[in-house]
Amino acid sequence: MYDNEMKLEFLSKSSNEAFARITVAAFVSVLDPTIEELADIKTAVSEAVTNCIIHGYEDAEGIVKIKARIIKNTVEIEISDTGKGIENVELARKPLYTTKANLERSGMGFTIMESFMDEVDIDSVLGLGTKITMRKKIKKHLVDIEKEEIASLGGVC
Amino acid sequence: MNTNYIKKDKLLTVEITEEIDHHIVEKIRRKVDDEITRYMPRKAIFDFSRVSFMDSAGIGMIIGRYKMMKLIGGEMEIININPNVKRILEMSGISKIITMKEKRAS
Repeated sequence: MYDNEMKLEFLSKSSNEAFARITVAAFVSVLDPTIEELADIKTAVSEAVTNCIIHGYEDAEGIVKIKARIIKNTVEIEISDTGKGIENVELARKPLYTTKANLERSGMGFTIMESFMDEVDIDSVLGLGTKITMRKKIKKHLVDIEKEEIASLGGVC
Repeated sequence: MNTNYIKKDKLLTVEITEEIDHHIVEKIRRKVDDEITRYMPRKAIFDFSRVSFMDSAGIGMIIGRYKMMKLIGGEMEIININPNVKRILEMSGISKIITMKEKRAS
């Protein structure tokens, strides 16, 4: 069982990129992430959603789906489209590789997702779509660990 | 709107006032290019003091403007970068070719 779960569906409009990353960040905030951890998640979500819009649907209208789950102190985020799919996943993962250089795309999307999240799985079928699954463990703050230790002492004081 | 421009002594300061993602880049790219080609500055300074977020779309945008400044024989600089934006810039290698200055302590 998950500790929490949410689903989000929206049109593949670029104005929804900010909406998507802010919504996921709000969902994750119960884990009390640091500003840096939250920035990591927002950036990874932004990259994945942008990919759905410009690569999956190639600016045509489609639906982008996000499913986010919290399992203990790990967040799992699935971002999927039913667009054209990735021809060569290995190549797509490579830093600086892009099929849209004409749009000034840097080819850093997957590299950023991989370095900001703990795990990134790419599941893509040509003509059917792509699903990205990312996981990140939110580190417990020292204060919380101390609180737990005090609690585990069972009211000695 | 999304950008402000200050022109002085052939220095063009471009202040970006929003989070930089694919959506915003599509909007501001042409506007910035327009300002550069009309003013032909010797240096373009991108002020990021109001940029709290940037993803890889920003990298493409910066490299594109850097190439343009090179073409007209000018320089480029990015100032007031926050730590999260700085990490993206460093990852992309941009920090090796463009002068970057971190956020002033205020």
